[in-house]
Amino acid sequence: MDTIFGVPAVALYGQLMLGLINGAFYALLSLGLAVIFGMMNVINFTHGAQFMMGAFVAWMLLEWLGLSYWWALLLAPLIVGATGVVIERLMISRLYRLDHLYGLLLTFGLALIIEGVFRNLFGSSGIPYRIPDQLQGAMDLGFMFLPNYRGWVIVASVVVCFGTWFVIERTKLGAYLRAATERPLLVQAFGVNVPRMITLTYGFGVALAAFAGVLAAPIYSVNPNMGSQLIIVVFAVVVIGGMGSIAGSIVTGFGLGLVEGLTKVFYPEGSATVIFVIMAIVLLLRPAGLFGRA
Amino acid sequence: MTLNRRTLLGTAAAGALPLVTPMRAPRAQAGNTIRIGVLTDLSSLYTDLAGQGSVLAARMAVEDFNPGAKGFNVDIVSADHQNKADVGSTTARTWYDRDGVDAIVDVPNSGVALAVNQITREKNKVMLVSAGATTALTGASCTPNTIHWTYDTFSQAAGTGRAMVAAGGDSWFFITADYAFGHALEADTEKFVTASGGRVLGKVRTPFPGTTDFSSFLLQAQSSRAKVIGLANAGGDFINCVKQAGEFGITRRGQKLAGLLVFITDVHGLGLQTAQGLTLTDAFYWDRNDGSRAFSEKFHPRNRGIRPTMAHAGVYASTLHYLKAVEAVGAEKAKADGAAVVAKMKELRTADPLFGEGEIRPDGRKLHPMFLYEVKAPNESRGPWDYYKLIREIPIADAWRPLAEGGCSLVRT
Repeated sequence: MDTIFGVPAVALYGQLMLGLINGAFYALLSLGLAVIFGMMNVINFTHGAQFMMGAFVAWMLLEWLGLSYWWALLLAPLIVGATGVVIERLMISRLYRLDHLYGLLLTFGLALIIEGVFRNLFGSSGIPYRIPDQLQGAMDLGFMFLPNYRGWVIVASVVVCFGTWFVIERTKLGAYLRAATERPLLVQAFGVNVPRMITLTYGFGVALAAFAGVLAAPIYSVNPNMGSQLIIVVFAVVVIGGMGSIAGSIVTGFGLGLVEGLTKVFYPEGSATVIFVIMAIVLLLRPAGLFGRA
Repeated sequence: MTLNRRTLLGTAAAGALPLVTPMRAPRAQAGNTIRIGVLTDLSSLYTDLAGQGSVLAARMAVEDFNPGAKGFNVDIVSADHQNKADVGSTTARTWYDRDGVDAIVDVPNSGVALAVNQITREKNKVMLVSAGATTALTGASCTPNTIHWTYDTFSQAAGTGRAMVAAGGDSWFFITADYAFGHALEADTEKFVTASGGRVLGKVRTPFPGTTDFSSFLLQAQSSRAKVIGLANAGGDFINCVKQAGEFGITRRGQKLAGLLVFITDVHGLGLQTAQGLTLTDAFYWDRNDGSRAFSEKFHPRNRGIRPTMAHAGVYASTLHYLKAVEAVGAEKAKADGAAVVAKMKELRTADPLFGEGEIRPDGRKLHPMFLYEVKAPNESRGPWDYYKLIREIPIADAWRPLAEGGCSLVRT
């Protein structure tokens, strides 16, 4: 059998595939952060908590209203996105004129509060959420046994990431958005309601986090800490990709998933650290990030 | 843009620092108030198996003991150690030096337990470990101030490890949480596997805490073709492993999972559909006898409906036995000399409704039988939390590491 550095090539393909799946989550989450930062200059530390809320809302919809996974995929982002709109209107919008650090501290505090409330209500062991029947089972790819659900995660993530990139970079709506970031007063003078657009942008970024949360519910334990474990890594992804770069965050998300996957084979103990090592190197050599504009 | 990356990263790092909230405990009071500190995980992956439930269990022990009638008062305080040895050490020192705490109970996370173990000895106080697992507490690191009550890595390995090998699982692959507890559990289990003629084909150490995706490690276990995948981890890590193993069809292809430290709250989190058929070793099951059922009926309505785990049971029983010893030596002496209380605890036989009668060995190990359970299938379960069926009782002689093998300096040979 072919081997690469002592690891059978076949096993390595399997691990790369898994890295890609984790990368799909990193990409979705860092995309939401990049949209919020790129359009509003707000560093949304509540992102992990909103990811967790997405998973919990999916569970509540199933348990309390009997709505299936597919409904949750549509409704959970809308519901959590709506809470995001409320948070933006009531709190974040008051901080635009202050230093960005205030926004960061506010959202960090909110994350701690939200996680604390969920921990009080649901405990920390998590709650079960079944994989939907249509995606049960697995396919044999020859080099690995790929659960259908994980395949679906990659597809869903790529579609949503591409769609978001396309809207922001290639449509008129996206052009308004980018213009509003650069010259809000001028855009307002053309009759565009800039504050509302900003509010909806935040809601959309939050909805992306919730969407990732619903995707994660059947494979990770649905528990109040699921977001905080992921969010620090995702911030590193955003920094490596270049703050606010949409395409950068997507490519970096998938790429770092792959790097992490390889680390899990060759040096598992380092798999939680490797992304931060890369972050340090990137900051030294290209302080604006791989895709950022200095 | 006024914000640069450096500020962002600095703030992010500051945010990740432990949020130490000083306990506002009343100042040390009169000589007849015993203060017990429940040092546990109140915010992370061990919260349900210990956490608030442990604080409640200690309270219930005080209520049932009724110290007022015996001439002294008992206070309970609690704190979150966040699974960080430094946070745990700081809290322990503050409690002992400033807040007049006489005994620390529970202490999940072996890393934290080992740190507090040393401080407790230095200050001549008392530590009653329930949820911490490492056998070092009654071995190389044993002290005259520590009692290890509920279970340890040896008892878990002796129960589940031995049972799996006896059932034909003679080749193993370990997925191990990369800290003191995982290493100890892996080492103890490996001894049983090799002693009974089995082989260990490989092992992988997973970063702790912070690993959520175990599929990569599970695939490595799968390609090793070991018959048994030993999970030397606990709580959320264990839940994610079992969930993802089911997803990748690992159990359907004939490999067996061995959860080496499983709590009933984990089974609840997994659901019977996923958890059915798992073999596990437990010191306490709420539905075992009248004593355990009566305790559970009083406990779960006050603990968000969560039934007591063995960690909770151990906090209750160890606190109760501690208070009996305090009564015997007198509260004033108990506050001054922790080692004297622990010596009295070893001298008195233990008796409580949860573990029955038992005793404490010179090395601080509490002795009681352990139980090997299998998780029921959904159609066998008759009601909420009806999860286990008993395979067999593991007698004391088999459940615990022999006194002479631990290397504890308190044991004279």
